[in-house]
Amino acid sequence: MIDILFDLRLLTDFLSTSLRLSVPLVFAAIGGVLSERSGVFNISLEGMILAGAFGAAVGAFFLNDPFGGLLIGILFGMAAGVVLAGMGVSLGVNQIVAGIAINLFVLGITAFLSRIVFGAQANTLQLPGFRAFSLPVLSAIPIVGPVLFGQDLLVYVMFASVLAVHMFLYWTPWGLAVRAVGENPAAADSAGISVNTVRYACVIAGGAFAGMGGCYLVLSQVFLFSEHMSAGKGFIALAAVILGRWTPGGAMLACLLFGFFDALQLRLQFTYQEIPHEFFVMLPYVISILALVGLVGKPQPPAAVGRHYRREAK
Amino acid sequence: MAQVVRLLFALKSVWAVLAALVCGSFLIMLAGSDPIAAYTALFHGAFVDYWGFAATLVKTCPLLLAGLAVVLPLRAGLFNIGGEGQIYIGALFATIVALYVPELPGPIHIALASIAGAIGGALWALLPAILKAYQRINEIIVTLLMNFVALHFVSFVVSGPMMEEGAPYPYSPEIPLGLFLPHILPRTDAHLGVVIAVVFALILYVVFRRGVAGYTLSTVGENPHAARYAGMSVERHIIVSFLVAGAFAGLAGTFEVLGHRYRLFHAFSQGYGYDGIVVAFLANLNPLFAIVSALFLAGLRSGANVMQRAVGVQVTVVEAIQGLVIIFVAISLAFRYRAGAVGQFLARRAAVEAALDKPGGDGAALDKPGAGGAAP
Repeated sequence: MIDILFDLRLLTDFLSTSLRLSVPLVFAAIGGVLSERSGVFNISLEGMILAGAFGAAVGAFFLNDPFGGLLIGILFGMAAGVVLAGMGVSLGVNQIVAGIAINLFVLGITAFLSRIVFGAQANTLQLPGFRAFSLPVLSAIPIVGPVLFGQDLLVYVMFASVLAVHMFLYWTPWGLAVRAVGENPAAADSAGISVNTVRYACVIAGGAFAGMGGCYLVLSQVFLFSEHMSAGKGFIALAAVILGRWTPGGAMLACLLFGFFDALQLRLQFTYQEIPHEFFVMLPYVISILALVGLVGKPQPPAAVGRHYRREAK
Repeated sequence: MAQVVRLLFALKSVWAVLAALVCGSFLIMLAGSDPIAAYTALFHGAFVDYWGFAATLVKTCPLLLAGLAVVLPLRAGLFNIGGEGQIYIGALFATIVALYVPELPGPIHIALASIAGAIGGALWALLPAILKAYQRINEIIVTLLMNFVALHFVSFVVSGPMMEEGAPYPYSPEIPLGLFLPHILPRTDAHLGVVIAVVFALILYVVFRRGVAGYTLSTVGENPHAARYAGMSVERHIIVSFLVAGAFAGLAGTFEVLGHRYRLFHAFSQGYGYDGIVVAFLANLNPLFAIVSALFLAGLRSGANVMQRAVGVQVTVVEAIQGLVIIFVAISLAFRYRAGAVGQFLARRAAVEAALDKPGGDGAALDKPGAGGAAP
């Protein structure tokens, strides 16, 4: 096991796998950060990933182009965001219940529609996807180069997204508005910010990011859609949001940590083949729980998260 | 007029189901079949046909118990979304007792295995409860993540230490014949588990209505500060409600093994724990209505096979319809005649959180129960 530290090629492989496994988590976690910063608890990240994955498969299947898949996947993720915002922001349905409802709905509807759309070939399909390409010069750096700069398009998009959301939240007046709405909607409202508009925008944008996470699963990893392929990634991302203290950078680091352990368990499966692989598969979930438990100090979520805002009740 | 309106609001779960069925009929048309024929086949197969009804009862048992596992902690304003994991661990504990405890007289051995299953489920619920009560760690995320741990752990056990020799895929050896739960309808699979589940639902209903425990639990959820002032421990209520809920879910897993499958299979539950959430909300968090909603959702599932044979619509359409049901039920929560029951309970979660933030705090900083969670 320890040997990978000394073998340059193995180490590069390992780190590169870690990064790839954390990509869907990072996308979903960015979506979670955005919507929770605006005060909407987003347990439906799981459903948004799944919706995005299904959209990606449908788009790539009919348009026969990975970019078509990406587009439809993002749209499906946004649609899930619209449903969450409609229920949680406009109607004032408890956001946890709304999120659970979306997760169960997406699970059922994608299982049903995938049979209709892909039929019998669902599991043998080879959809068009994104291929890795190396950025010139940068990818020549030892270890870091191939790991960071020898990936496919969506990985670069992911890094750009983290940076963009960070800049948006902390460097722009709109970002200030989002944070104000998440901390004190009544004050933000007094300052002339439309609380519901901000929340709608953040939840829908969050759906787009989480949907991109699903796109990555389909268009860069497995090239087909399978039922319930999100497999709890949305919930791990949710843990990462808390661990990263509701910041895009922090959430990304937490996701990279989870991706690292996911890669580690794959490696352990390979090394200890006498132990059934199911034993290792549960490791990332255990690590997520341990990370939440071992968190130093109490996490301080945005003050208004999960609360429906009504003007009259100010 | 007011009474008519009140009645319309009271029946909102029924409207939600009807809306879901109407949307579902479009899905059935999308699949190229006649919705009327499909629904007729489904409901006839689920509730009218003798064997079909028995199959519905078989599925009612885990759904109802999983539903109760969601209803109970919500009384104190907490979400237990870990039913799925608790089902697996309960089934594991029960199977271990069934297989490895030297054979006892049937009823005693069944009771022992059931108690073990309940304990297994309760233990799996204990960790999120402790973390919630003493560390303020979000119980929703912990229970969700633990579902996956339990699922994979049971898969590990039945594909390794407990795997039947020479089995084509992961499952445990069969439990002894003496441990099979007795059947309640002659010549069918319907087993005693469903009766026990209904009894638990009735007990829970009575406890909520009349029992001291039901009253203190509601008080903790409704006004944790007052509860504390009156000497009730918020932390203890959280932990006990999760333990009992875990025991219910554990029994759901136990009865699947002892009453239906007679072995521990890998991934046997197929989402009963999550469907329990649908059962609970469709029943407006009332244990008595939970019997009806569990029966209905079980009927959807068992009738789906009949429908697939009769009109050729994929069974998965039922999962989509079930998803629609929960979406419409969630939407219906927004429409309430004064404060709906669900809204009240959800508001409690916010109040409990506030109380946990200030242990032993006085009433001065009390959050109004309506201030968070859901609209008053």
